[in-house]
Amino acid sequence: MIKKNYIRSLDVKNGCIDMGHGAGGRASAQLIEELFLAAFDNEWLRQGNDQASFAAPLGRMVMATDAHVVSPLFFPGGDIGCLSVHGTINDVAMSGAQPLYLSASFIIEEGFPLSELKRIVDSMAQASRAAGVPIITGDTKVVERGKGDGVFITTTGVGVIPPGIVIDGAGARPGDAIFVSGTVGDHGVAIMSKRESLTFETEIRSDTAALHGLVAHMLAAVPAIHVLRDPTRGGLATTLNEIAKQSGVGMELDEAAIPIASQVDAACEFLGLDPLYVANEGKLMAICAPESAELLLSTMRSHPLGINAARIGTVTDDPHGFVQMRTRFGGRRMVDWLSGEQLPRIC
Amino acid sequence: MKYIDEFRDSNIAQKIADRICAEVDPARQYSFMEFCGGHTHAIARYGVSELLPANVRMIHGPGCPVCVLPIGRIDHALTLALERNVIVCTYGDTMRVPASGGMSLIKAKARGGDIRMVYSASDALRIAQENPDREVVFFAIGFETTTPPTALVIRNAQACGLANFSVLCCHVLTPSAITHIFESPEVREYGTIPIDGFIGPAHVSIVIGSQPYVQFAEQYRKPVVIAGFEPLDVMQAILMLIRQVNEGRSDVENEFARAVTAHGNVTAQALVSEVFELRPSFEWRGLGEVPYSALRIRPMFARFDAERRYDLVYKPVPDNKACECGAILRGVKKPTDCKIFGTVCTPENPMGSCMVSSEGACAAHYSYGRFKDSAVVIA
Repeated sequence: MIKKNYIRSLDVKNGCIDMGHGAGGRASAQLIEELFLAAFDNEWLRQGNDQASFAAPLGRMVMATDAHVVSPLFFPGGDIGCLSVHGTINDVAMSGAQPLYLSASFIIEEGFPLSELKRIVDSMAQASRAAGVPIITGDTKVVERGKGDGVFITTTGVGVIPPGIVIDGAGARPGDAIFVSGTVGDHGVAIMSKRESLTFETEIRSDTAALHGLVAHMLAAVPAIHVLRDPTRGGLATTLNEIAKQSGVGMELDEAAIPIASQVDAACEFLGLDPLYVANEGKLMAICAPESAELLLSTMRSHPLGINAARIGTVTDDPHGFVQMRTRFGGRRMVDWLSGEQLPRIC
Repeated sequence: MKYIDEFRDSNIAQKIADRICAEVDPARQYSFMEFCGGHTHAIARYGVSELLPANVRMIHGPGCPVCVLPIGRIDHALTLALERNVIVCTYGDTMRVPASGGMSLIKAKARGGDIRMVYSASDALRIAQENPDREVVFFAIGFETTTPPTALVIRNAQACGLANFSVLCCHVLTPSAITHIFESPEVREYGTIPIDGFIGPAHVSIVIGSQPYVQFAEQYRKPVVIAGFEPLDVMQAILMLIRQVNEGRSDVENEFARAVTAHGNVTAQALVSEVFELRPSFEWRGLGEVPYSALRIRPMFARFDAERRYDLVYKPVPDNKACECGAILRGVKKPTDCKIFGTVCTPENPMGSCMVSSEGACAAHYSYGRFKDSAVVIA
């Protein structure tokens, strides 16, 4: 008689990832089953295939992918897990699409504590359930100690655009109104406040959030939105410059109208940073025709993720693609592309 | 932010702007130099120039510490990081300054150099204490504002007998640079230097006081108004300079009285002179060799002097021949007068000192003000 295998379950409390967890053998299977499958549980994953098959709805499909590397892995308001779910959902949603499915691929460094991996995976599962976008396929690799920074997560998302919706970075027209869905710079400041070299006390939390609900809400009221984009790395300033370039237009911003939390403003002040260039993970920038501007703004403000939405400027006819800004001080300046990384000033 | 927002109030700004408009003599030009990068930054970021009448022109001076740092000094830091296996600690905005052969500290880091961005000199000292098996060098740059903290860590390093720590000292002095703008050999070929007055440094003056500018103001008959770094400070200082010019005065006035005294921070000054001594000459990027314009570590603290410790020999590296930084830093030319501005020379690929950091004259114009040039072209 062959005895049934006894497999000691993962020691999530004290265990660590070792090279065996990435070797494709029993240890890999156990990690997937006890950690990933248990957390993400859904009909596609349960089939245990190397891929997920699903019926594609009619319409234009959208696909987006995003690699997530963040230090620290856990930060006020979120962690790399929920961030990796929100980031890709948002990239899909900025086309106007309804996100449908996600894939997730993990590169884990040898020695990474299983307890932290579980926290991250649980956070992903929770974010994916809350968003109604299941993670239906995935992959895990383990790299030797020193060859990764804890864990890297790449997620890919697919979605479908409802008929009649045409959203494109090249869609801004002179006269269009420019909106932002809330305060800018929260995520970047929350992360910086926990960096090893620079801890400071702040109540600022990352704004990481899935924005497809807000997008659907906006499109239901104003289907003819011209541009949507989430201003992540490089902040609002960089996103506006991207759109200006893609659309071949200029922009005129009103600094006083751009919502910035006072703590973010203060932190940027003493770090010598400009909040317009600091990352967001739960905000979007929208552009629509001026006649729809009021309706779009009130619609955004009626959604929980758009309470602080504001109209921040107007698209102008400018072949140079300059983004200009009337400053709070009453002057005028350009809001240029970021050159290199934003670094603190010494003076 | 309440304390700061009061110094950024647009209503008060408009009132000062109205006063300036009312008091300027429309028949003449006013050219003022703000020496400090901090002022250049405030003017650019808040769009202060927009609020000034057309006959008041601001000239951005050489007071941006990373801009004037010569290539040869960055080459020293690179040598230490890449060839001597030293941990080099540096302030953030030094990371991107271009060095010889297309290198920079940020690129050297990518090639395996152990280069760490720090927020204060004491962070560098801590890194040395935490890495007793490694040599740690603090790449110390800046004007009188950042000099006392460097002096303090050198003294502390000596007090605790730290054997693996030293400082690559590139600290420079404000008053000698201001004087050099009028006195350098190049000035003869430029003819008249069109500067009617100076906005004096904010943080530097907190340390050195307002007294050091008195002799300069008298000798060159140029008014100096020391101003804070907030945009209203700058506006008010411009108004005070206009009044001095109109009245034919050349006094040192202090707009930044909430922080600056006549004699400055005497404790900090004593600390600096305990640890540092004058260099007979020092190269400034854009200005060339400036006599008695920089500090080096006194022999008493020689073991903390990275130049001696690693036998570093200074080799000057010339800028692009077409670069007009020398003339721009003296107000003789504008950034747009330079042939390579915005073409070969951009913030991504700076050729001369004025393009290196956003506080430099050319970079500030490129990043914040070049929309004005295009308006002219279209018209």
